[in-house]
Amino acid sequence: MYRYDEFDHAFVKARVAQFRDQVERRLSGEIDEAQFKPLRLMNGVYLQLHAYMLRIAIPYGTLASRQLRMLAHIARTYDKGYGHFTTRQNLQFHWPALKDVPQILELLASVEMHCIQTSGNCIRNVTADHLAGAAADEVADPRPYAEILRQWSSLHPEFSYLPRKFKIAVTGAERDRAAVQVYDIGLHLKKDAAGRLGFAVYVGGGLGRTPIIAKKIHDFVPEEDLLSYTTAILRVYNLYGRRDNKWKARIKILVHELGAEAFAAQVEKEFVELQESTLKLPDEDLNAIQAYFAPPTLPARPEGDALVAREAAVNSGFAAWLNRNVHTHRNPDYASVTVSLKGIGEVPGDISADQMDAVADLAEAYACDEIRVSHEQNLILPHVARANLKAVYDRLIEIGLATPNAGLVTDIICCPGLDYCALANARSIPVAQQIAERFADQRRQEEIDDLKIKMSGCINACGHHHVGHIGILGVEKKGAELYQVTLGGSGDENTAIGDIIGRGFGPDEIVDAVETIIETYLVHRLDTSETFLAAYRRLGPAPFKEALYGSEAKAA
Amino acid sequence: MKMLAANRLSDGEAVWLAADGNWVDEISHAETVRDKDGEERLLAAGRDATGRNEVVDAELVDVEIIDGFIRPIRLRERIRAAGPSIHPELGKQAKKSAVTLA
Repeated sequence: MYRYDEFDHAFVKARVAQFRDQVERRLSGEIDEAQFKPLRLMNGVYLQLHAYMLRIAIPYGTLASRQLRMLAHIARTYDKGYGHFTTRQNLQFHWPALKDVPQILELLASVEMHCIQTSGNCIRNVTADHLAGAAADEVADPRPYAEILRQWSSLHPEFSYLPRKFKIAVTGAERDRAAVQVYDIGLHLKKDAAGRLGFAVYVGGGLGRTPIIAKKIHDFVPEEDLLSYTTAILRVYNLYGRRDNKWKARIKILVHELGAEAFAAQVEKEFVELQESTLKLPDEDLNAIQAYFAPPTLPARPEGDALVAREAAVNSGFAAWLNRNVHTHRNPDYASVTVSLKGIGEVPGDISADQMDAVADLAEAYACDEIRVSHEQNLILPHVARANLKAVYDRLIEIGLATPNAGLVTDIICCPGLDYCALANARSIPVAQQIAERFADQRRQEEIDDLKIKMSGCINACGHHHVGHIGILGVEKKGAELYQVTLGGSGDENTAIGDIIGRGFGPDEIVDAVETIIETYLVHRLDTSETFLAAYRRLGPAPFKEALYGSEAKAA
Repeated sequence: MKMLAANRLSDGEAVWLAADGNWVDEISHAETVRDKDGEERLLAAGRDATGRNEVVDAELVDVEIIDGFIRPIRLRERIRAAGPSIHPELGKQAKKSAVTLA
């Protein structure tokens, strides 16, 4: 894992002292809210319905045990005993008092964490594949590049006041687990024919009220040009991105309006100027950062397969968990484990302080002291010896985090919605809970197989509903909650924006509607190997509309 | 009918303006007004309190009186008055005297 050097420590410490002073001046009335709001947002402090909210950056979703323990301590001491993992691999506390935030930031700094650039019109926390460094299908670990981008973008003087927020995601595998095509910049780390590392560069993706899939503007930018090419993109955006209209200010609108080719040409023009500048990454710097992410030493544990097979034969719960929550590791003696934060009836992405401590203990004992946060709002133990899977499972059962539902219908992405968020128009969490309860039966979930439901409580789409196989968007209509459904979205290497299927459903109807959609899929699928998404792509919306709206659909 | 809602500066707690000029953390104690003059008076008090750095984001909220209890019209404001609907043990609804979401 990356460790702060002296510069990082001094930089974060100075920032904490600066914000402490700003909070003191705000509380004493020396500065007013108009002056203070941009300052607090730059430090991740929002104001929501019930209280302030503090968003903590978890760079590329990687945490050490001591960091997770500190989050548990903060949750207990300064919040209400829990935290919420977000679709951008961050953690939010929903109840901190403003007067306590400087102390929280100081505690975070002591474990090399901060809240810088978790809000505002700047380059936000860089996200990455949650199986980085562990996945069997990976070309190279994307996190060193995410770390380089983090260092480069932190308080970047040229890019601290962009037209709008800016999000970058990096993946190192063909199978895209980081949803890079719905990011402002999506980087796909790959090798060229000569075996050199570089990036396919996607630009102008995004969700929100105008969902757009990113355009690939370069098939291979060599790794040493990462910063010069990224800077070229940001320069074009900073210069031409709209500042007159918040809803048209994201880079996706610029790319869309200019056209991908014209945009790429502008970037190329800037890049020519920058390519041989100080932004070119020297080998020694690349190597130094990569050394922080050196793969952990994984001793041979060949006994794992036999142990796992023996336990699975006599324990159906363990077998179900192996089937869904355990993922192939590049080392055949090891596996990556999804720690489901989607217990049936629980709040998606929420975790208690005690559970945080327990997961930290598990990571320390069995997973090389590493925890990952997935954009799907689960935790991952990336390197677990197969021989230890049963021990990990047993402990996860004890702490209520062994729900064997990774990638199943109850593994729902869900924003906080109107239960917390000042921007939301409808609640999302209660709907996710009700859907999970409706489909709680494990056999039924497994029969339905891979199915991603994603839900947002407003058009800003924090819950990624546009790219859900079934997407649900909560809106407010005539003072009541209404849920619009989209079908066929996907946030992977074959990214697609879902189709709006028809009129929305009330809170009492939406769970039935989801069940109708799923039952329709089960009736129409070719066989059990045809997933919901594949079936929808083959069938189109017609049978689903018919099932949902009947004669109403025909009349339309 | 309206009342004035805000968040307390120091801790972000949702609060409402009461008839005695204090900011209260339960809507049952909030002052409601029925006309433009009343709304102007509440807004002026909100501006003053904002200026004194007691609260932020003061805004008028539509309410009705049902069975003698103040009930915000919008679900958003009912959730704000009660707490997260998914966590009945948290927020104002956790107090015995507090409003419910219904």
